[in-house]
Amino acid sequence: MTNIIFPRKEIEKEIPITKDIEEKISLFGTPLERLTQDELEIEVFPNRPDLISMQGFLRAFKSFLGKSSGLKKYNIKKPGKNCKVTIDKSVKPVRPYTACAIVKNLSLNNERIKEIIDLQEKLHLTVGRNRKKVAIGIYPLEKIKLPITYKALKPSEIKFQPLESQREMTALQILQRHPTGRKYAKLLKNYDKYPIFTDANSKILSMPPIINSHETGRITEKTKDVFIECSGHDFEILSKTLNIIVTTLAEMSGEIYQMILDYQKKKITPDLEPQKTSIKLENVNKLLGLNLKQQDLTKLLAKMGHYYKAPNVFSPAWRADILHEIDIIEDIAIAYGYQNFQPEIPQISTIGQESKESIIKNKIAEILTGLKMQEISTFHLIKPQEAKLMKMQKPIYVEDSKTDYKILRPNLTIPALRILSENIDSEYPQKVFELGIVFRADESQETGIKETDSLILALTPANFTEAKQHLDYLFSQLGLEYKLQETEETGFIPGRTGSILFKDKLIGYIGEAHPVTLKKLGLKMPAVLIEISLEEIYKAI
Amino acid sequence: MGNIIDKLSPLELKIIPFLGEPIPKIIEKSNLDKVSVLRALKFLENKKLIKIEAKKEKIIDLDVNGIHYKKNHLPERNLLLLLSEKNIPSLEEAKSLSKLSDNEFKVSLGVLKKKALIEIKSGKIFLSASKQDLSKKTLEEKFLESLPLLLESLEPEQKFAYQELSKRKQIIEIEEKIQYSYQLTTEGKKIAGKKIKSNLLEEVTPSLIKNATKKQKFRHYDIQAGVPKIFAGKRHFVNQSIQQGKRIWLDLGFQEMTGNLVQTSFWNFDALFTAQDHPVRDLHDTFFIKKVQGKLPDKTLVEKVKKAHETGIQGSRGWRYSWLQDSAKKVVLRTHTTCLSAQTLASLKGNYPAKFFVIGKNFRNETVDWSHGFEFNQTEGIVIDPNANFRHLIGYLKEFAEKMGYKKFRIQPAYFPYTEPSLEGAVWNPEKKTWMEVLAAGIFRPEVTIPLLGTTIPVLAWGPGFDRLMMGAHKIKDLRELYRNDIKDLRNRKVLAK
Repeated sequence: MTNIIFPRKEIEKEIPITKDIEEKISLFGTPLERLTQDELEIEVFPNRPDLISMQGFLRAFKSFLGKSSGLKKYNIKKPGKNCKVTIDKSVKPVRPYTACAIVKNLSLNNERIKEIIDLQEKLHLTVGRNRKKVAIGIYPLEKIKLPITYKALKPSEIKFQPLESQREMTALQILQRHPTGRKYAKLLKNYDKYPIFTDANSKILSMPPIINSHETGRITEKTKDVFIECSGHDFEILSKTLNIIVTTLAEMSGEIYQMILDYQKKKITPDLEPQKTSIKLENVNKLLGLNLKQQDLTKLLAKMGHYYKAPNVFSPAWRADILHEIDIIEDIAIAYGYQNFQPEIPQISTIGQESKESIIKNKIAEILTGLKMQEISTFHLIKPQEAKLMKMQKPIYVEDSKTDYKILRPNLTIPALRILSENIDSEYPQKVFELGIVFRADESQETGIKETDSLILALTPANFTEAKQHLDYLFSQLGLEYKLQETEETGFIPGRTGSILFKDKLIGYIGEAHPVTLKKLGLKMPAVLIEISLEEIYKAI
Repeated sequence: MGNIIDKLSPLELKIIPFLGEPIPKIIEKSNLDKVSVLRALKFLENKKLIKIEAKKEKIIDLDVNGIHYKKNHLPERNLLLLLSEKNIPSLEEAKSLSKLSDNEFKVSLGVLKKKALIEIKSGKIFLSASKQDLSKKTLEEKFLESLPLLLESLEPEQKFAYQELSKRKQIIEIEEKIQYSYQLTTEGKKIAGKKIKSNLLEEVTPSLIKNATKKQKFRHYDIQAGVPKIFAGKRHFVNQSIQQGKRIWLDLGFQEMTGNLVQTSFWNFDALFTAQDHPVRDLHDTFFIKKVQGKLPDKTLVEKVKKAHETGIQGSRGWRYSWLQDSAKKVVLRTHTTCLSAQTLASLKGNYPAKFFVIGKNFRNETVDWSHGFEFNQTEGIVIDPNANFRHLIGYLKEFAEKMGYKKFRIQPAYFPYTEPSLEGAVWNPEKKTWMEVLAAGIFRPEVTIPLLGTTIPVLAWGPGFDRLMMGAHKIKDLRELYRNDIKDLRNRKVLAK
């Protein structure tokens, strides 16, 4: 989820914000999060990085409102002399692709520069997956001598002065000592060669996806022309990202120049050819439940910035989200206006059915609430010290939990004891129960973990007789029978603990908690617990 | 009046003869303890026979040292006695003979000097008190003897002694007490002091029933009086709400889905067209289970899902990356109930139209605060119907919101990796006067339905965020309250009637 803040003043130069416009912003698919005197904050969904820049948002939203609708065209100039990037084979293992462009005649001021850097950062975070998938470099062209080479060298062979540093550093020094280097070092971990961009004088421009060089890596108010590169692992994403940047710069009055990318096969970027998707009117109407005509589609698609010539839709080259006809259909629905769809409940006959397990669990809850027991609902994860106290075997851990709760609960006894210990200030007697899922390792399962429904009863203060009365009542109400067999359980008093057998299968235990356990938990009253696995009970009912 | 007499309890009857006298007298004469007398008075007040006044009073009483001094004289008296018996001019000698502590000795000298009973000249003490002076009790001594006293009703001399003594260590203390007193009302005056003999019956007993007649008269209870609380057994209020939610789905003809909380990434993400580098698949957001690797379902399904991701199927262009089995085998605590929808679709085998729902727990690797938890409830419904369309989806959602008790409803575009078109529904909260975005919905993408169902039948899906709806219904501001299990809170929480 990405929230973007635009200066309200700049937006209102193009579109005065009225109540109606406020609603339209959300209905366009960019939920309005906040509107103040100075700022407009919207949410941009991850499928529409082209709306991250103010220029991109205005381009699309103006079209949606019917002002300058249709497929927007940009002038694009053929590659000039030396406008070439040679991609060396050495980058293949580490960061194989780049898409590049030149934009000229920009008139930059501080605000513009801030907008460009903002766009670059937001793209890094979203489509760029924190620079892993896409890293973007923007350089003042006057400091560079074309053509450019993209290659990978051993870290020891790379030496330049990075941004925010006073002196030259080697690649390894950058990754170990430079703050930005340290932040992104993991992206180059395990590679023996690191990628760099160099110019015709073999000057290092940058080491993607980490950092640019101090000398060439920063645009200023004096910069007129820029060289832009996007590097990563997926040429198509790089190409789309480049398109988003160059068209944003073109909206700032820049002129786009293409570059030749010399892979084994030559490619030219940026490529602003519209993307073609064929659609069927019939599919549109069937899925949306509408009765649109071809000319309706033409109009609606123009509002979303497409050009329609049946059966083909031509979409802007900066849209990265169109994978299928269905994505075009959603645009048609947005253009039609979600608020304009008439809700309808279809006449299909289906029969409602609660699951068998739910029905039995409800029945058990009903029996136990009749015994004046209060239901509790606890977390599915437990704390390591709780597992240790109950001598839990082979705990199943989750990775990197942000809280103290780190282990899948093996039973409901541990959480129930926790709840009792957290409630020593509540009025006694306390009788609680919980119906919930417990986990154990089981290699025969798809996930290696077996889940079963379990039931816990905890009574305090109470003695064994009372607990057994509850167990008797529960089984007799379910129309079932059980047997007890003396046993020992960690934390319970020997001689007052029994295994519960159902159809000769061990399904649980009943027992009085040992005073040592109670003391460790800070409990002051005697407590008796019963835990039953419901799996066999489900089968019997 | 007669009516009131009928209602008098045995306890009240016991104190009425002494009514009008101060409370300590009533306690003495009735032979009841203080608590019982106060209770009886409270009952009488409920009947408007008396009016009880509770006054907070500050009472001065002896503190630890005060108790000791009262028995053994104040230190200055001891010093004075010593000086009058022997001629001890040196300060040091006087101190050691008096057996007073440093502090006591110092204070005593000061007090006696102030009262002009001694004089100190160049390190020597001279007794300047007359015999008459010596026999007279000091104000402080008199004050100690007269304790306890009410702070606000001190005489001027007592006030002086109080001020002097309160400067000294633990001689006196102030206790705050509530003093009860009462006044008779006009009605009360009529019965005060009377001996009322009641021949009204108290409890109904088996023998009384045996001899039952219509003539038996029973004491009238004060039915307005408060009674001690009792607690019944109840379901956890979250589960009550889940039951309510289930009823809505069942009323709409949906069938309940069941399935695991622990899932392979395949079902939780891949089958739902969530690319393997999507941020949700990061350790940071999702709970991965340590040290286990899951198994993938049958090869044909896995191949189709792989193809949907890599190159796309039936007109889709896919995400265009190389899909890895190992990533799909990672085991997670499910992040949404949509994985159950995916499993349901995969097992349908052509049995549709059909409608399914689930209400269940989901997980995300989060710290816990007022609006986030690492566990949350979600509910989700799917409709598999060859003729389903976007307007049906909105129709179901509107109906669902209405059944949840929300009359006003609006929708906006939204984005989810596995639905297209997608939308977000908000319901109007008339109390807070805000829209609550609680209904995520959409039609499953062909990249999801083709591998799972084998065809492009539209599958409508929506998943209201259940905890947020529930917070509204139970008027809960902090999400942590949902799973705190404070037994007192659980007992007192109201059952929802909606």
